[in-house]
Amino acid sequence: MVSRCDGVEQGPPIEVFALNRKCTEDSCPNKVNLGVGAYRDEAGKPWVLPVVRKVEKQMAADDTLLHEYLPVLGLEQFSNASVSMLLGQDNPAISEGRAFGVQTLSGTGALRVGAEFLNKHLGYTTFYYSNPTWENHHLVFVNSGFTTPCQYRYWDDKTRSINIEGLLEDLRNAPENAVIILHACAHNPTGIDPTQEQWQKIADIMEERKLFPFFDSAYQGFASGDLDKDAWAVRYFVKRGFELVCAQSYAKNFGLYNERVGNLALVLSNSKPVAAVKSQVTWIVRGMYSNPPAHGARVVATVLNSPQLFDEWKDHIMAMSSRIFEMREALRAELIKLNTPGNWDHIVKQIGMFSYTGLTPRQVEHLIQEHHIYLLRSGRINICGLNTSNVVYVAKAINDAITKFPQE
Amino acid sequence: MAAAFKKLSVHVLKHNNVEALIGTAVRANSTWWSNVEMGPPDVILGITEAYRKDTSPKKVNLGVGAYRDDEGKPYILPSVRKAEDIIHKKALNHEYAPIGGEAAYCDAVAKLAFGEDSPVFKNKSNCTVQTLSGTGALRLGLEFITKHYAKTKEIWMPAPTWGNHPQICNTLNLPHKKYRYFDPKTNGFDLQGALEDISKIPEGSIILLHACAHNPTGVDPKQNEWMQLSQVIKDRKLFPFFDMAYQGFATGDVDNDAFAIRHFVKDGHQVMLAQSFAKNMGLYGERAGALTFLCGDSDSAAKVMSQVKIMIRTMYSNPPLHGARLVLEILANPELKKQCFAHADIESFIWKELAVNPYFIPTFDSSSGTVPDFDPDLTLGSELSLFSIPVQVLEINSDMRNINVTKVLADVKHMADRIISMRKGLRSGIEGAGNPHQWQHITDQIGMFCFTGLKPDQVEKLTKDFHIYLTKDGRISVAGISSKNVDYVAEAIHKVTS
Repeated sequence: MVSRCDGVEQGPPIEVFALNRKCTEDSCPNKVNLGVGAYRDEAGKPWVLPVVRKVEKQMAADDTLLHEYLPVLGLEQFSNASVSMLLGQDNPAISEGRAFGVQTLSGTGALRVGAEFLNKHLGYTTFYYSNPTWENHHLVFVNSGFTTPCQYRYWDDKTRSINIEGLLEDLRNAPENAVIILHACAHNPTGIDPTQEQWQKIADIMEERKLFPFFDSAYQGFASGDLDKDAWAVRYFVKRGFELVCAQSYAKNFGLYNERVGNLALVLSNSKPVAAVKSQVTWIVRGMYSNPPAHGARVVATVLNSPQLFDEWKDHIMAMSSRIFEMREALRAELIKLNTPGNWDHIVKQIGMFSYTGLTPRQVEHLIQEHHIYLLRSGRINICGLNTSNVVYVAKAINDAITKFPQE
Repeated sequence: MAAAFKKLSVHVLKHNNVEALIGTAVRANSTWWSNVEMGPPDVILGITEAYRKDTSPKKVNLGVGAYRDDEGKPYILPSVRKAEDIIHKKALNHEYAPIGGEAAYCDAVAKLAFGEDSPVFKNKSNCTVQTLSGTGALRLGLEFITKHYAKTKEIWMPAPTWGNHPQICNTLNLPHKKYRYFDPKTNGFDLQGALEDISKIPEGSIILLHACAHNPTGVDPKQNEWMQLSQVIKDRKLFPFFDMAYQGFATGDVDNDAFAIRHFVKDGHQVMLAQSFAKNMGLYGERAGALTFLCGDSDSAAKVMSQVKIMIRTMYSNPPLHGARLVLEILANPELKKQCFAHADIESFIWKELAVNPYFIPTFDSSSGTVPDFDPDLTLGSELSLFSIPVQVLEINSDMRNINVTKVLADVKHMADRIISMRKGLRSGIEGAGNPHQWQHITDQIGMFCFTGLKPDQVEKLTKDFHIYLTKDGRISVAGISSKNVDYVAEAIHKVTS
């Protein structure tokens, strides 16, 4: 039967989801999923934060709660609290009325809405992303109308750290008004963040070359366990006088992956254009999905605005980030115990959910096929997939892969 | 420099604000955002704002596009409340949903639209994904067209249509045009005009159709008119894109309301469908919807799915689950589904007749089942089951042999019926005042909205003199009418049109 869709080509599969599917279908009892970026507890299970359960219980019992439309720009209590959490509630940008937030569909939605605004209303067409970066950055910006994607050097394979000279040189060569995607903390996929000194150098060049900072903050609190520490870079840029936007996600730090809770924070140099900017962002949202989903934002707003619940939440993110840190230590210790060739310090120097192990594609293939350990071709692993029951197994497998297929 | 200042002054003069003028001139060089122009204000929001500021105790808001009960309050469907309880007890986690939403949800909503036994499911030729309610489905579908449609990328919409339809097209740089739809002379459907215009649409173009309860007019084609539309659309080889935001909400019957879609499928069209559960399940803010492509075969469906997923990924990665979980719970749970959607048209049941005449044909449309034995202990408000539909005793006459019952209405029927009865009340109120004009269209039209036929100056009078708020085009939201204000509104409409 003839179809209109006959000319549609098969699209390439998205690696991380294809990997996840393979792992799910694998019946081997020893399998380990180090692919998708979601937190897992000690037992390898998803963890619904107790404070989230508590609030959802309250909401379920609340007969007055309705399902009415949220405003186009979302729940104000939510976005106000998000901006405060990001910038610090005493940040002068807030009291000066030049910092505001727009509720979005998690981090991806914030990136998309932000990129659409920058392209359609400020006319920006060039964007820079780190090499490597989260695999979705490129297409989000391209689909928002950006025509010129560029990379800035970031991960140095040899030293397994940031190639800061390369990074700065690439930014120095960027054209005026280029939008630079910066990971606020816990860089995905490498886990390596710039030091404060390096951030200062980055800011210097961006100021000189008039480059526009677009922060992606998917791990505030989740990275170090400390909300303020993880927001240092964003706050530094604001203090330096930059105008910027920041995509915030609550998927990981609140474990609300499937409720799509996010915020696009915008910081302007003064409050006068705020109304106009809001009105244009309103139209962008209206043309995409009209208004954002209420449930997840309500949960987050309730927690952020209640001192007691906020403290409970801070305990949770401390617990998550601590377990991750412990697993980093454990993996490195095991690899050293096995006399695995190479230096494994980067595993504990990196921060957040991910680690760029430095494993080659061939070694990765071996891990998947022979040992049923699932990770991305890039060598990225999700540390959350490790626990005391499997870390030895994983270390042994990595050792095996490196021994059998040494790096040329 | 001169050019920059010229642009600046044009920008500033538009806003007529001296403070901004000075501020802008000083700011121009130091900010990224000075060239951002104020976006046009949202018309509906403007009306809601004005309504809110109005201090008159008589004020009525007929602009709102959300259902309200007879007290003017938002309505949580009982089936939704039950579903919420059930879901909460399941204590589900919040792990990422698949990009296209959960398969069970997609299956269930597609079956609701096309019918359980639709041939489109036999060969798995449908690609259905969860979307951010109806808007999300429209945006995804239209964006997919810009990227992958091989024929004429021109969208034809009914005149008039929902304001966001052309806006989404503009965002995507998709050209759009109108075909005649609403006839202001009759306040009804302009069949001849529609057929004429559609027969001239360039082959291969996309035609947007409202499946039921047309927004903003409330005017729907009759079944035989849908058949004629289907034929001419087939003749012109056009691609039908249905927007169904009111299934069940229009007549109270989900199958009735899906007639057009199902007829088109039967007629061989491979339609695209945007579904919303905002109104029919009252899940407005939870953003539950779906987009379906009928692809003809499973291979094409798989290819389309792979491309749609990439588009979803770059917009929001994967959909919010809370609302979708509620929808699925209701659709997959037979009791809840019946509570939400069960259709039967029992208006009254005359028991007395059955007691003396077993061959009496009752005055209701029944499917199958048995008549319960006469129960002498029945009282007002008693609930019993007739043909497995729960009913409530409404009226008992003195000899206990003549009983009127009213159905404990299915949730959507409850909403649809209240709307229908408000339409009746409004029309009879205006006619009863001796108004010389035609008001049949008020009850002919269907769904939440009614195109009254009022002119802009009459609308202005309604607002100024009577504190009744509606859009300039004369559209009212019948949901804003209640037994408490219907007389007032009728009187006001009568006065401004006399």
